[in-house]
Amino acid sequence: MKEIVILSGKGGTGKTSVVGSLAVLVKNKVLVDCDVDAADLHLLLNPETKEDNEFWSGQTAVIDENKCIQCGLCQDICRFHAIKNYKVDPLSCEGCGFCSHICKVEAITMQDNLSGYWFVSDTKYGPLVHARLNIAEENSGKLVAEVRKQARQIAEKQNSDYIISDGPPGIGCPVISSLSGARIALLVTEPTLSGIHDLERVISVCRHFGIPAMVCINKYDINLDNSHQIENFCQKQGVYVIARIPFDTVVTEAIVHGMPVVEYSPESKVTGELQNMWVNVLDFIT
Amino acid sequence: MIISVASGKGGTGKTLVATSLALSLKDGHKVMVQDCDVEEPNDHIILKPVITDREPVFNLVPRVDEEKCTYCGTCARVCAFNAIAVINEHVLVFPQMCHGCGACSYLCPEKVITEIPKEIGVVERGEADGISFVQGVLTIGEAMAPPVIRKVKEYSNNDYTIIRDVSPGTSCPVVESIKGSDFCLLVTEPTPFGLNDLILAVETVKELGIPCGIVINRAGVGDSKVADYCVKEGIPLLLNIPLSTDIASLYSRGIPLVEGMPQWRDSFIKLEKQIKEIVSERNSNPQR
Repeated sequence: MKEIVILSGKGGTGKTSVVGSLAVLVKNKVLVDCDVDAADLHLLLNPETKEDNEFWSGQTAVIDENKCIQCGLCQDICRFHAIKNYKVDPLSCEGCGFCSHICKVEAITMQDNLSGYWFVSDTKYGPLVHARLNIAEENSGKLVAEVRKQARQIAEKQNSDYIISDGPPGIGCPVISSLSGARIALLVTEPTLSGIHDLERVISVCRHFGIPAMVCINKYDINLDNSHQIENFCQKQGVYVIARIPFDTVVTEAIVHGMPVVEYSPESKVTGELQNMWVNVLDFIT
Repeated sequence: MIISVASGKGGTGKTLVATSLALSLKDGHKVMVQDCDVEEPNDHIILKPVITDREPVFNLVPRVDEEKCTYCGTCARVCAFNAIAVINEHVLVFPQMCHGCGACSYLCPEKVITEIPKEIGVVERGEADGISFVQGVLTIGEAMAPPVIRKVKEYSNNDYTIIRDVSPGTSCPVVESIKGSDFCLLVTEPTPFGLNDLILAVETVKELGIPCGIVINRAGVGDSKVADYCVKEGIPLLLNIPLSTDIASLYSRGIPLVEGMPQWRDSFIKLEKQIKEIVSERNSNPQR
């Protein structure tokens, strides 16, 4: 079983449209949405939720004002400036528990956080594991780890060949959590200067964690000079460019219709290029 | 006044809006741009600042003096992030997991834990054509953006109109960036993805008690449900930027919108005026 994670650095380059299409093109796989704070894959795959689980993670300090003697020690030692006027700001509290350990009158307790939910759903393309991090919650990396764990268990049980994972933007905590131990990272970029800049950083992250990367240039024809720059850069880095998807409004139309683009517009050039892309991925990983 | 520019969904045009707003306001205001998207900062590509100052950002991580350690395990027990483990007569520290809270060193009964600074990013400061510029850059392989964001925010100064560019999503880096702003502009696109993530972003700013308004970018590309949502929720729709190959082409080459198409300047000046009105109205009716 091989896990392929789709990343981009920059947001909005087309990760979810690529994953939605792989849902159609790849047989015998489990799908997983690792973008747990702004998940969109379900909008293309029309899932029917089979399992709905609470995700408890991390804690928040709570001060019992009846016990508190207002000595101020907790406020002094909190590195996150989360305690003011003997009250905890839950949005600033990182749940380290330092205050609860040092409170002399045991007025501070740590309460578990319901950080979000994760779901196992059926789609006509196969099982989908996805999640919803609660608003303004921490621990997105842990929720990513949880959905990946669930996806691996399902994949083992069903003897799936692949796990296809829609990753979050950026290079921080949830990205690192999505990437660790994956077989390859497929990086979706666009030929804008910010797309290039962010691609360079996400390639460095893949290298840092020893995950081989491949690149898909989306909307490659909106700026051919920049696309050439991406190709040259990737060549120097020893990273294969495995797809060059043309700009086409059918991609957005497919999103509006809630369908993967290869299904919405099977005759389009976009679909042809996505089919080639999967052939290239297979060449690389088998 | 601090205006944050956020979005929920990535790639909707936060950088386009933040840089256009800053460049349009700089003649009448003292403007500071704070790029808090420290995982993938992009404002510098458009604004091309001259960086004059670099300040590393450190997280304090424990170092255990194993000569004196009694392996009592207190540090591992108090660490909420599993960043320190005591196995037989070994102490293992996982710096990437450490939040730098300081509990282990404070509570170590033998006082054999010191905290050493580990560089996790850098804050760069400079000047871009009359705009004061600050950006955070998270080091490759580091997980925790919030300490770098906090460092960027330390440069806030009441003399300036501050435009703060925020990372996509709704989790801790977004909350850390938006916290303390007077207003949050939410940039979206009129597609089901844009709407889904916009709703999450609106809930986030509501949770923080910050007023918000919406900019629709690539207007005309999808459907009208984002505009319908704004009406239904009573959230002001402040600006429409149409789907335009000219705008996309300028952006792809790193050319500021208001330089390539100066007619846009007035729209952004008007946008700031609308924001100011909303903020001052709210400040005079704080119960709303």
